[in-house]
Amino acid sequence: MPRVVEVTRAREAGPLKLALPRGALWPETLDALDRIGVDTVELRSDSRSLVFECGGLSLMTMRPSDVPTYVEAGAADLGITGKDVLLEQPERIVYEVLDLRYGACRMVLAGRAGDTALDEDERRLGGMRIATKYPRVAERHFEETGRRAEVIEVKGSVELAPLSGLADGIVDLVATGRTLAENGLEVREEIATSTARLIANRVSHKLRAAEVDDLVERLRPEGLR
Amino acid sequence: MRELRALEAALRAAFEAHGYGEVATPTIEYADVLRRGDERYANAAYRFFDERGDLLAMRSDMTIPIARLVATRMQDAEPPFRLSYIAHAYRAVNPQRGQMREFTQAGVELIGAPAPEGTAEVIEVMSATLDAAGLNRALVGLGDADLYRQLLTEFGMEGQPRDRILDRLAAHDLVGLELAVDEVEGLAAEARATLLALPAMRGGPEVLDRATELGGDAVERATARMRATYQALAARGVSDRVRLDLGLLRDLGYYTGAILEVYDPALGHILGGGGRYDTLLGRFGRELPAVGFALYVERLHVAQTEEERQGKGEAR
Repeated sequence: MPRVVEVTRAREAGPLKLALPRGALWPETLDALDRIGVDTVELRSDSRSLVFECGGLSLMTMRPSDVPTYVEAGAADLGITGKDVLLEQPERIVYEVLDLRYGACRMVLAGRAGDTALDEDERRLGGMRIATKYPRVAERHFEETGRRAEVIEVKGSVELAPLSGLADGIVDLVATGRTLAENGLEVREEIATSTARLIANRVSHKLRAAEVDDLVERLRPEGLR
Repeated sequence: MRELRALEAALRAAFEAHGYGEVATPTIEYADVLRRGDERYANAAYRFFDERGDLLAMRSDMTIPIARLVATRMQDAEPPFRLSYIAHAYRAVNPQRGQMREFTQAGVELIGAPAPEGTAEVIEVMSATLDAAGLNRALVGLGDADLYRQLLTEFGMEGQPRDRILDRLAAHDLVGLELAVDEVEGLAAEARATLLALPAMRGGPEVLDRATELGGDAVERATARMRATYQALAARGVSDRVRLDLGLLRDLGYYTGAILEVYDPALGHILGGGGRYDTLLGRFGRELPAVGFALYVERLHVAQTEEERQGKGEAR
């Protein structure tokens, strides 16, 4: 049996691959990269390319909800995405290594302002009808609070559901609450809070420990440790 | 299938070369038997009744069936026992994730050999097995299943806060871990620092020195165990294959002391794992220290293919 040569084991696999979320977290993610000395000029000006090589990193851009998929499989070593995404995909085995503190928002249950339909649902029908883009977060919340709910998954503007009668309430992410107010909705319960998180692949976290830890320390928000 | 069969033959030859004879056990066991080994078998994915109304379950690994076999069927034989297997096991899957309900495990169990020598022998066999599969870049993470639990006991943490902390650590959620630790009332600053520093400590033998600086009995005992294993590995010439990892926590209930995980840079998933289970045999009526590992054969195959592809890419 051939003995293993040590140098082959230490072989580096090129720059760390970092999965980045296009969407609500995009501007502040670019600012965070600027702060650690990654030149984001190209990222800011080119909205069509998917992969960028800069600052000693290989940067991949994608939908926030795809970030855990790429990181779990090892197609990316690390990724940035919202806690809301991680809460909706709890079966993904990734290391959640850092709270980046930006992109703060709340996951809430909301209903029509001044309307008692949600309470009536519970009292008369035994369960609420809830529309959401986060069916698993919603189902878990109602299960944990001992209530029954019919959870309807929608992909687009969830505020339409209570306006059209598809549902009496929604579970959704709220940053300022303006969209809710514009659609005549109000917060009834807070389910969770969310900020941007840095996640790492399970194997990269072990085999490229020094590089991963270095990036974590550089990205750590000021005022934390 | 030809490649898969060739891989299995290579694994089997590596086991044989180290004196680990192959055993087979039934795919279906009494649910009670599996549950005696690990309480979580109460929720085994596939359970059904036999013709007399007894509850049966499909095994999800080979360790408990082999522990049962040794305790009940090999009573007259003298330990240590060196056993190997290549066998199917069964687990629940998440829908639409390309996971298989049935998968193949290849592994060994060394029963009747205590730490640290027994652990070092099994890691040496694991290393030779990975080489036999052509995965000479693969590395073994070595941690300690008791470290974090004993640490929480040392800090007087019981009940819900303790469960929440272990749950976050097992979920690899280091952000949630910090939140859970900060929720504990009256925790000393040093204790907090230790709980948050350990999960990130991984690497060569120097991490044991860094951990010892944190202080405390639990850390002292765990690092002493890991150091003894590492020295035994060095004597066998395989310590360069091992990365020490104080944050490792495998979720199988029967592990005691050393725990193992296998990584290959060509694959984002772990290739397998294992560890010591010094109290498991006792649950079947025969007190014997034991250690073993299992590799996922289908993942080894994928990693093999990836390594070949990347090797070619580099040659160009």
